[in-house]
Amino acid sequence: MGDVYVIVEQRDGAIAPVTLELLGKAAEIAPSLGGQAVAVLLGRGGIASSASQLAGAARVIVIADDRLGAYTPEGYKAALAEVLAGREPRLIMVGNTTQGMDLAAGLSVALNLPLVAYGTQIAVEGSDVIVTSRVYGGKIDADVVLDAPGVVSVQAGSFPPGSGAGSPEIEEAKSLSALDGLSTTFKALHEPAGGDVDITAQEILVSVGRGIQNADNLEIVQELADALGGALSSSRPITDNGWLPKTRQVGKSGLSVKPKLYLCAGISGAPEHLEGMRDADLIIAINTDENAPIFDAAHYGITADLFDVVPAITERLK
Amino acid sequence: MEIIVPIKQVPDLVEELEINAEGNDLDREYLTYVMNEFCEQALEEAVLLKEAHGGTVTAITIDSGEADNVLFTAAAKGADTLIKVTGDFEDVFPDSHALSAIYAEVLKSRAYDVIMTGVQAADDLDGQLGPLLASRLGIPHVSVVAGVEPGDGVVVATQESGGGLTAELAVKTPCLLGVQAARQTPRYAPVSRVRAMKQEKTIEELDAPSVDTPRLRVRAMRTPESSSHAEMLTGSTEEIADRVVALLRERGLVKA
Repeated sequence: MGDVYVIVEQRDGAIAPVTLELLGKAAEIAPSLGGQAVAVLLGRGGIASSASQLAGAARVIVIADDRLGAYTPEGYKAALAEVLAGREPRLIMVGNTTQGMDLAAGLSVALNLPLVAYGTQIAVEGSDVIVTSRVYGGKIDADVVLDAPGVVSVQAGSFPPGSGAGSPEIEEAKSLSALDGLSTTFKALHEPAGGDVDITAQEILVSVGRGIQNADNLEIVQELADALGGALSSSRPITDNGWLPKTRQVGKSGLSVKPKLYLCAGISGAPEHLEGMRDADLIIAINTDENAPIFDAAHYGITADLFDVVPAITERLK
Repeated sequence: MEIIVPIKQVPDLVEELEINAEGNDLDREYLTYVMNEFCEQALEEAVLLKEAHGGTVTAITIDSGEADNVLFTAAAKGADTLIKVTGDFEDVFPDSHALSAIYAEVLKSRAYDVIMTGVQAADDLDGQLGPLLASRLGIPHVSVVAGVEPGDGVVVATQESGGGLTAELAVKTPCLLGVQAARQTPRYAPVSRVRAMKQEKTIEELDAPSVDTPRLRVRAMRTPESSSHAEMLTGSTEEIADRVVALLRERGLVKA
């Protein structure tokens, strides 16, 4: 009762940063809910050895099975549903990552719990848990009241990571019948394609989004990148359209960057994009919409047409 | 392959979003709805698969917003069968949980190989439709899909795992895929073709079953208060460009 569970995300035994952020928050709020922070760690046999990385967890439920060695949505969901059934956590937290999207909804249905997605803040008021979610492309915050157990998926980067690794109590879950006869098989994991500019190593990035309108217009921003001695990166729609290679994509499903200068044009700043660039030293944003969320992440903002401002800046640098 | 694409309509984010008088939902009265951009991706991938491998594409949506127009647009892009689920969606707009329960009931008796949803939508405060629907139907699913190859009784889905990593997963059909991106930019449907579809195609109407799903209690909705906001540079284009270059010089980001 009152426990706050965190579904751990790991690859080859290395814990994802978002998991440590969730554990930090879980450890903070669990006492006021009368419970503990409990990490749920899934992976191949022997994964229990990663439990020592789970700073903030008072207890770790380990679900170790070689069939969980590679992540599949079906296998992880089935294992979690089986192990968590009958337990009564006050809150189950997952990262709003690829795995989190797969698992949060599955747990919501399997355990018949409400789900709040895109959480950015979690607070306890009396016996209620208040989750603030950022929805509508980052334009609206909603405060949701969970007066009973629920599942929350949380945006990466919302909380500082937990600290003070203790020696959590380890509980090994029993063998799982849920993993028999599954319909999903992991085939391969592919690393990002090499051979292109490594945008994570660049000190200066000029980044472009949907506002560029078409591939021919990329020349305008490329010229600015050249004048600054930097490289061109982009938000998701540009790589989806094939206008730039995937290696240039900044954001949740692309790469996280931390350049000295991130000058972005025509990017509205959806949470998925902000996740990948908000730690840049200097962010200058150009967008026609004065209410674009990018201006909350930027240090300097310009409400203007990129087709006017970008060439004017380039001109002065030549 | 028989493919079903549930299409979500979402408020057009280009427009100003107003909060209702109670302060707990959008003011939906004057909202403009558009097809969720990721549903556009799902529909495109579905039509590409049909064109390459045969089969049919069924587009389904609920009777709200611009439902007929959305369905005829889907037809203009290549959907063969159009379904509109009718019911009273005005007073309580169905959230993802309710929508997933409605679609699960409507689709459980239909034959299909793959359901393709958009990976997410701007309004899914209570989670993404795809994995909720798959869980209710008891079929496997994969979210964040950016590539689909059909095989014999399986599809191989490419799942984006973040950090540029992708995983290949073979999933037996029937299954559900939450599509992040089609392999090419969604095609454009000319207005004339959408109009032609209105003559040519019939929309099948199905009554919405009554469903009972947990509904979130939203205490307040508001425009995000940011802890910080950019310092806005104003003036003429020339003045702005001068300021930007001066800022870059101050920080040693440009030579000379």
